[in-house]
Amino acid sequence: MSMSFAAQVNSVMAALILLTAFGLLVQRRILGLIHLFAWQGLFLCISTAIVGYITGMHHLFISSLLTLSFKVILLPYILYVLIRKLDIRRESEVLVNIPRTMMIGIALVIFSYHLTAPVTQLSTMVTKSTLAVALATVMLGLLMMVTRRHAVTQIIGFLAMENGLFFAATSATYGMPMVVELGVALDLLIAAFIFGIFFFHINTTFDSLDVDQMAKLKEED
Amino acid sequence: MILLFLLCISLFFAVVLAFVGDWKYAPEINILGSGATFAAGVALAVQVYLQGPMTVGGKFFFVDAFNVYLAVLTSFVSMTTAIFSRKYMRVEREHGRVGPWKMRFYHAMYQLFIFAMLLALLTNNFGVLWISMELATLSTVLLVSLYRTPTAIEAAWKYFILCGVGIAQALFGTVLLYFAAERVLGIGGEALLWTNLSQVSGQLEPTVLRLAFVFLMVGYGTKVGLVPLHNWLPDAHSEGPTPISAVLSGLLLNVALYALVRCKVLVDGSTGTHMAGNMLMGFGLLSVLVAAFSLLRQKDVKRMFSYSSIENMGIATFAFGIGGPIATFGALLHMLVHSLTKSAIFFTVGHASQMHGTQEMDRIRGLIKGNPVVGWSFILGIVALVGMPPFGMFASEFLILTATIKEAPLLTPLLLLGLGVAFAAIFRKVQPMVTGLVPSWQTPLRAAHIPVVLHMTLVLLLGLYMPRFLSDWFHTAVGLLK
Amino acid sequence: MTAYSIGSEILQILLLLFAAPAFTGWVRTVKCRMQGRTYAGICQPYRNIRKLFAKEVILAENASWIFRSTPYIVFGVTVLIGGIIPFISVDLPFAATADVIALVMLFAIIRFFTALAGMDIGTAFGGMGSSREMTISSLAEPAMLMAVFTVSLAANSTSLTHMVDVIGHGEFILRPSLAFAVLAFIMVHLTETGRVPVDNPATHLELTMIHEAMILEYSGRHLALIEWAGMMKLFLFSVLGISIFCPWGIAASGDPAGLFLSLLLLVLKLAVLGVVVVLIETGLAKMRLFRLTEFLGTAFLLATLGMLSFFILE
Repeated sequence: MSMSFAAQVNSVMAALILLTAFGLLVQRRILGLIHLFAWQGLFLCISTAIVGYITGMHHLFISSLLTLSFKVILLPYILYVLIRKLDIRRESEVLVNIPRTMMIGIALVIFSYHLTAPVTQLSTMVTKSTLAVALATVMLGLLMMVTRRHAVTQIIGFLAMENGLFFAATSATYGMPMVVELGVALDLLIAAFIFGIFFFHINTTFDSLDVDQMAKLKEED
Repeated sequence: MILLFLLCISLFFAVVLAFVGDWKYAPEINILGSGATFAAGVALAVQVYLQGPMTVGGKFFFVDAFNVYLAVLTSFVSMTTAIFSRKYMRVEREHGRVGPWKMRFYHAMYQLFIFAMLLALLTNNFGVLWISMELATLSTVLLVSLYRTPTAIEAAWKYFILCGVGIAQALFGTVLLYFAAERVLGIGGEALLWTNLSQVSGQLEPTVLRLAFVFLMVGYGTKVGLVPLHNWLPDAHSEGPTPISAVLSGLLLNVALYALVRCKVLVDGSTGTHMAGNMLMGFGLLSVLVAAFSLLRQKDVKRMFSYSSIENMGIATFAFGIGGPIATFGALLHMLVHSLTKSAIFFTVGHASQMHGTQEMDRIRGLIKGNPVVGWSFILGIVALVGMPPFGMFASEFLILTATIKEAPLLTPLLLLGLGVAFAAIFRKVQPMVTGLVPSWQTPLRAAHIPVVLHMTLVLLLGLYMPRFLSDWFHTAVGLLK
Repeated sequence: MTAYSIGSEILQILLLLFAAPAFTGWVRTVKCRMQGRTYAGICQPYRNIRKLFAKEVILAENASWIFRSTPYIVFGVTVLIGGIIPFISVDLPFAATADVIALVMLFAIIRFFTALAGMDIGTAFGGMGSSREMTISSLAEPAMLMAVFTVSLAANSTSLTHMVDVIGHGEFILRPSLAFAVLAFIMVHLTETGRVPVDNPATHLELTMIHEAMILEYSGRHLALIEWAGMMKLFLFSVLGISIFCPWGIAASGDPAGLFLSLLLLVLKLAVLGVVVVLIETGLAKMRLFRLTEFLGTAFLLATLGMLSFFILE
């Protein structure tokens, strides 16, 4: 595999990550969301491995394996078990105005492109162009958390943001130092533990995982 | 060596408490752990005072005048809070709000939280700083929802989600910072070390750092509770158990501000402008104003003091933004006295709401008659909080105001307006709570007096007399943050 | 302009006229096989057309010239489009006019007249079909334009022949932008040719019809022409997709050997594409009309993402 071809495959992976980010934004069914999230993790993992191959940095392979085990296998599995335990597998949420959400999404992509343009110009790396996609993935995850009203969906948005951050780390800097990557993975694991507990708490207290019901704490006038 | 010991103590006690569980003496073990941490903190401080800044553990940890004073403060307040929590949580248990499992969890997480904060303060690595900030959030999320009431769960969810979103932005900023650093320092873990970065800050690419700071500001700013990213703070600080409110307001906000200030120093060093400082000033002032006006509308007593925390953090952020020796000195002092005062107030507020069985200010009455120590320390805490002499807060706010008049005179009226409104709002609400007759629903309570008295004495002393070693430290820290 | 190029032009048009029903027949056959039904074979569309030509034309009393001329206009324009899409050779006399914008406009003319004819008689179903058709096309056209523009960005030109040249005969580069554009194009393709999940070409329920509702009043040779043109449209969209996104093998000049190879490959590609269309049609259910905005919005989104990823990633 030649270097330039590997770089092209990497940018295809970037495009696929962006595509899955948009998919997450408009997918109604929770099971579908989990699948999309797992796919996104897989593309991220492949992309990391490719960057590792291009640059010859071996710690990227470890980070790729970390992604594979966490984002592709463990977290989707945890989510799957949770939604089965809570019996919300078939649940789908009402989404308002998908076209508008998508337009905002596109605007965010353009925004991230402009924001990262000065950084990209300075960079000499093969992967520099994917930084904009990474930031866009973070922004789209953010948008997903803002627009969706289901607790599980918000968590998936949160995890998708984390994917974008990992992707940013590989594309801008060939990966953060190992200690940082491991620490972030540890934090993610604790977060997974916590949201798992949360789903049960919310479900038992409010009888559903719709976060709109949690609107008691407001400034009373 | 002492530094590693300091970190290990709280981690060790977290494990111990997780295993010991709901043993009769678990609260005492908690106090013992925090006390040992405090002792180690003091020892470390003495060492740093005598020997100057140092790196430990292969440059992994780092202490200088700036973080060592925060580390001592953190370990001190966590110790006093542990003392307070012994009596407070006993009452909560008697009321049946927490069971044995929750107590085990509470104690273990309390120590883990202290560990996370100390790690954030003492680490030399910006990546690890991020990780420990996130760890501090995660370890407190489930403490906020400890009571499992609908509002507590809502508050904790908000805390989890909003801080998670915010801190993710900070990680992106850290990636960008690493990107800029790598070009100067080479690839590898060395490039994220504060000791290396601060030496080469002039060579870092300004455009990248400017962008990075926007993300870092959003990220750590969320954790400081700066307006407009403050939504989670009043909820999270008011719905959890009061000891947690005290450490969240008194300590975690400081740690987040510490992270932000470290970033600001790097960015302004790189760009050669005052851009990061200006951003801090803007967000700080906005926080002061918005929080001050929000204070007027509060009904819940803990919620009101959470807004007051936003206001005070705003003042400190604003002062760090101004920069210069006087303002920075004022900001450092403000962080210290605010932390002591606010946790003391939360201690008294916790007891007051236990006595009345509610956190609503309209139903808390006659504190001085009901329990003189709680009542008087509450009123003294308030006097200190709103910046009246002779307490330490007066000194710090006075310094900050002086610097504002000198550096940014046009902003002085706004700052004064914020301070004035906050003063009026808090006083108006608190005055009926402490005075008057004892209401029928008030129940007597054996309160924990030591922590409150200790804190208030320290705040008073800091207003009257600044010990030599402290001012030396502050001067060194001011030099570091130039 | 050489004799070869004129020859390949004529070959293309003939191919379009006589292969289009076979392609439709192929799609129907595969669909029937996949759904476990029996079918009359690939040649059935030819027999249908012949039957319709033999029948008498019945016109409504109030039909105007628009109604009567529409079949001829539709048929003529479709053949013209067949002349300008380079699907067996890039060396065509019409190459100069083979611009994607012109192409999209030609498709718009067809739609315009069909919609007018649908309303001309004044029946309820005709008007309903026309209004639906216009709604859909107003959503589909931007998506289509975006998708082709993405490709023309890569080729640096809006000329179809040039695009085919650059992508088919240039250096092979993996382009994420094209991947997005291809997805968007497939969605537009399904919409424009009236396939499931947008429209059902075999429906008998007037209420769910879109394209069929507009031509409900036609009979005899008029209907034959319109049906034939519809088959050609399916064929044209398919070869357009092939030319833009998978042009490998299309002859660079008009020499017979190249043409033969190109023809062979085209048949193969069309056969595969037919199966893909059937797979989509069998796998999906027809969407409710109100969901179509979402479907076409997605197509537009994909096309735009393709364009953005061209700027960002390439």
